[in-house]
Amino acid sequence: MSDETILKVRNLSVDFPIQKSVAHAVKNVSFDLKRGETLCVVGESGSGKSVTARAILQLVAKPGTITGGQILLDTGSGEVDIAKLGSRGLAIREVRGRRIAMIFQEPMTSLSAVHTIGHQIIETILLHEKVSKEEARKRAAALLGRVRIPEPEKALDRYSFEFSGGMRQRAMIAMALSCNPEILIADEPTTALDVTTQAEILSLIRELQRDRGMAVLFITHDMGVVAQIADRVMVMFRGEKVEEAGVFDLFERPQQAYTRALLGSVLKLETPAPRPPRPTAERPIAKIENLELHFPLNAGFMGRPTNYLKAIDGVSLTINQGETVGVVGESGSGKTTLGRTLLRVYDPTGGQVMYWPSDGEPVDIATLNKAGMKSLYGEVRMVFQDPHSSLNPRMTIYQTISEPLRTNTDMTERQMMDRVSELLSRVGLPPDIGDRYPHAFSGGQRQRISIARAVAVRPRLIIADEPTSALDVSLRHQVLDLMRDLQTEYGLSYLFISHDISVIRYFCDRVAVMKNGRIVEVGDVVQICEQPQHEYTQSLIGAVPRPDPRLRADAPQ
Amino acid sequence: MSAPFDTAKDAELLDQQVHAGSLVAASQWTLIWHKFSRHRLAMVALVVVVLIYLVAAFAEFLAPYDPGKFDPRYTFAPPQQIHLFLTDEEGTRFAPHVLGFKSQVDPKSFRRLFQPDPEKVIPIGFFVEGQPYKFWGIWDANRHFLGPVDKADPFFLIGGDRLGRDLLSRTIHGTRISMSIGLVGVTLSLIIGLILGGISGYRGGLIDRVIQRVIEFIRSVPTIPLWLGLAAAMPKDWPPLQIYFAILIILSLIGWTEIARVVRGRFLSLRREDFVIAARLDGVSEFRLIMRHMMPSLYSHIIAAITLAIPNMILAETALSFLGLGLQPPIVSWGVLLQDAQNLRAITQAPWLFVPGICVVVAVLALNFLGDGVRDAADPYAK
Repeated sequence: MSDETILKVRNLSVDFPIQKSVAHAVKNVSFDLKRGETLCVVGESGSGKSVTARAILQLVAKPGTITGGQILLDTGSGEVDIAKLGSRGLAIREVRGRRIAMIFQEPMTSLSAVHTIGHQIIETILLHEKVSKEEARKRAAALLGRVRIPEPEKALDRYSFEFSGGMRQRAMIAMALSCNPEILIADEPTTALDVTTQAEILSLIRELQRDRGMAVLFITHDMGVVAQIADRVMVMFRGEKVEEAGVFDLFERPQQAYTRALLGSVLKLETPAPRPPRPTAERPIAKIENLELHFPLNAGFMGRPTNYLKAIDGVSLTINQGETVGVVGESGSGKTTLGRTLLRVYDPTGGQVMYWPSDGEPVDIATLNKAGMKSLYGEVRMVFQDPHSSLNPRMTIYQTISEPLRTNTDMTERQMMDRVSELLSRVGLPPDIGDRYPHAFSGGQRQRISIARAVAVRPRLIIADEPTSALDVSLRHQVLDLMRDLQTEYGLSYLFISHDISVIRYFCDRVAVMKNGRIVEVGDVVQICEQPQHEYTQSLIGAVPRPDPRLRADAPQ
Repeated sequence: MSAPFDTAKDAELLDQQVHAGSLVAASQWTLIWHKFSRHRLAMVALVVVVLIYLVAAFAEFLAPYDPGKFDPRYTFAPPQQIHLFLTDEEGTRFAPHVLGFKSQVDPKSFRRLFQPDPEKVIPIGFFVEGQPYKFWGIWDANRHFLGPVDKADPFFLIGGDRLGRDLLSRTIHGTRISMSIGLVGVTLSLIIGLILGGISGYRGGLIDRVIQRVIEFIRSVPTIPLWLGLAAAMPKDWPPLQIYFAILIILSLIGWTEIARVVRGRFLSLRREDFVIAARLDGVSEFRLIMRHMMPSLYSHIIAAITLAIPNMILAETALSFLGLGLQPPIVSWGVLLQDAQNLRAITQAPWLFVPGICVVVAVLALNFLGDGVRDAADPYAK
C-alpha cells in the first residue's frame, strides 16, 4: 500500500435550505484518501455520510449546496479542486467515471431498464475513451467476466430486470470499473442485498481493489461490514467527523464517547440477552401444521391455474407459551408472508394453524370465520417492520393506541386515556404525547408506539415482523430489550421474523430457518448459530459479517 | 472481544430522539397550507375564486340593477366610461360621473346609434339607493354597491343587451347561477363518486370490474349529444327552478366518473398500506376502517378532485345553456347570457356581449390553477 494521497477533503460543508432554516448536512469535514486503501465512512441515518460521498462527485441533490471547503483530487499533473468545478460541464464529467466512479445502494434503480446491460457499459466506455465499438464490447465482456457474471458475452445482451439484485450490483460495479477509475465510491452497495450476496460483493470489491490499486471510499452503517473491509474508518455523527482511525485501533481502542457507544450497541447484540427461565412444562400456544399459501401464476385452461407461486410451501412450526421463536431467511423466503398468514391477512390455501386461546378449546385459525377471527385480534397482535408506514399519519398517537382498546374492550374514553398514558410511559415515552402526530417522532420512538399499540389489549402472542430492521443499530437493542421486558411482564410469546442473524441470536429461544417457502432447519438458537446442520443455514451464518476485524482472513494476529 | 462498554449511559448519547416539547407538531392541514402557499399561481387563483364566489354571494347588492329591468330606449347601449373629475363653469372638481346618451335611429338600418352626451352628466356613487330587492330572498333592501345617484338615469358600465338590460347586472347575477351549478353539481357527483369509487376500490373483484366498465361506458358516450338527449327529454312546461335542478342531476350523472376513479385509485393503494392492515388487525369494523382510517387520507385528494371538477361543470352548463337546451330565461347564467352572442350582429355591433364568456374563461382557469395547487399540496409528506 503506497502512502500517496489521491484525494484530500478539507473543511467540507454542505447545507440544505429547508423552508426558512438551513440544515447543515455536512459540517467542516476533512479527510484524506490514499491510493489502494479502503476508507469506510460509518454513521447512523442522518449522519451526513452519503451526502459527503455525493459531494465528492458534485452529485448533492438539490437544494443542497456545497458551502465551503475543498475537495482536492490528485490528477497526476497537479491538483484539481472538485468543489469549484460546478455540477455540470466538461471538467466535472472528466472526473466522474474516469477518475472517480460511484456505485449506489439500489442496483434496481441505478440501472436503466430499457437498455441492455452491455449497451450501458459500452456507452460508458465510448463516452470516456476513443475506442471502436467492437473494442468497447470486448472490454465490456471482459469486465463482466471480471465481476464473475457467468457467460459475460450473453449477459451483455440482457436487461437489468433479468438479473437478480446481486447480479445487478455486479453489473453496476463492472460499469463503474469500465474506465479504470482511481477512486471507487461505494454508497451502501450491499444494504439492499441478502447477507450471502453481500459477502460475495464485499469480497469482490476487496479483490478488485487489490488488483487495481484503487482507492475505495466505502459508505456504510453496518459495523460488521466495516470490520470486514476497512483499512481506516471515519465515524460521522450529525454531519460532523467524530473520529478517524485504523480499523483495529477503532474497534479495540475507540477514543470518542460516541464511537464507544456505537460499538457497544453493536457488540451488545453479539451476545444473547439474559432470558427469563422457560417454563419446564411446554404448552403450545400455536401450532402450525403443513401450512400452504399458493398464489396462482396463470389462468390456464378453463380458468384453472396450472402453475403456482408457492409463497409458503408446507410449513410446520410450534410456538410454546412464553417462548420466542425466530424465523430467519433471506428476502423472498416467505417469512413475512408466514407471519401475515397467521393472522389471515392472506388466506392460507392449505394446512392448519391451531391456536389455544386463553379460555377454552383450540381453534384452527386457517379456517376460522370472521367472528372467530375478531375475537382473536385482541390476543394475537402484530408489530410491523416499518414504523413509518404502520402508523396512520392522519391519526394522533392517542387515537392509534386506543384503537384496539376501543374495538376489543368496553373502556370509557377516560379509562382509555389513562391506559394510553400508562402504556406510553411503559414503553419509555413521555405520557403526554398522545395528541401528537406520528411524524413528530423518530423511527425508534415510532416503533415504541407500535409496540404500545400491540400490547394495549394484553395479548398473548405477538407476531413481530422485522421490528428492528428499519432502525439504526443503536436503537435496536433498546427496542428488543423493551420487548423482552414486556414478555416477562405479560407472559408473552413471540414469533420473531428477521433477516438479521445477530438480532435473532440476541432475542430468540428457538429459530426456524426459511428458504423458498419451506423451513429447512429448526432448533435452539445457540445450536443453529454455533453448529448449523443444514447446508443453507451454514452459508447463511457464515456470510454474516461479524463486527470484529480480527476475524478477517487477512488480519494480523 | 467484549470491551467494557457502559451501554446504559451511552444509550442517551446515541438516542437521537426528539424529546416531547422540543418540536412543534404541525397538523396535516398546516403542512398542506405551507406547501400550497408556495404555489404562487394557485395563490392568485385562490384569490380570484374567492372574489368570484363573493360576487355570487352578494349579487343583488353588487349589481346596479335587477337583471330583468329593461328599457327599450337603450337597446345595445355601449359601455359608458367613468369620469372621475367634472369640469364646468365652477371649475374642476372631484365628482365621479358617467355621461348620458344622445341617441338617434339610423334611417337605413333602423339601428340605434348612441353618442355620449356631455350635457347629460349622471353622477354616480357607492352605496346608492336604487331598485328595491330582497337580499338572499329574505331582507328588503335598496342599497347598491355602485350606481347612479338618481336611479332613473341610465348606467351601463359594460353596455346593454338587445332589450336594453344592463349587462353588468346580468353577468353578476349569472355568476351566482353558474358558480353554484358547479358547486352543487360537484357535491352530487361527489356523493355518487365516493360511494361507487369507494366500493370499487375497497371491494375489488367482480364489483370493481362491473363499476369500472360502467364508468368506461359513460365516458365513451359523446357528452354533448348525451346532454342534448337528456335535456330534450325535460318537459318544456317545468318551472325554471325545476329545470335548474334537472340540469344539475344530468351533469352530475356524468361528472361522478372522474371522482370515482380518483377515489378508487386511492382506495386500492391504501388497502395495502401497513397502517390499514394494522387497523384491521386491531379488530376494527369495516365501516370504521373506511371512515376513520382510510377516509382522512383521502380528504385532500378529494378536495383537489372537486376543484378540478367544478370547471367542467361550469363549462358543461355554459355549453348546454348556450345551445338553448340548458337553463331558460328568466334564469340568468353565463351560458344563457352567451346565447345573445350567437350571431354575427353581436360581434359587429355589441362586442361587449362576450363579457360573460370572459367570466367563464377566468373562472375556469382560476379553478383549474387552484385545483393544480391543491393537488400538489394534497400530500404534504410526498417529496
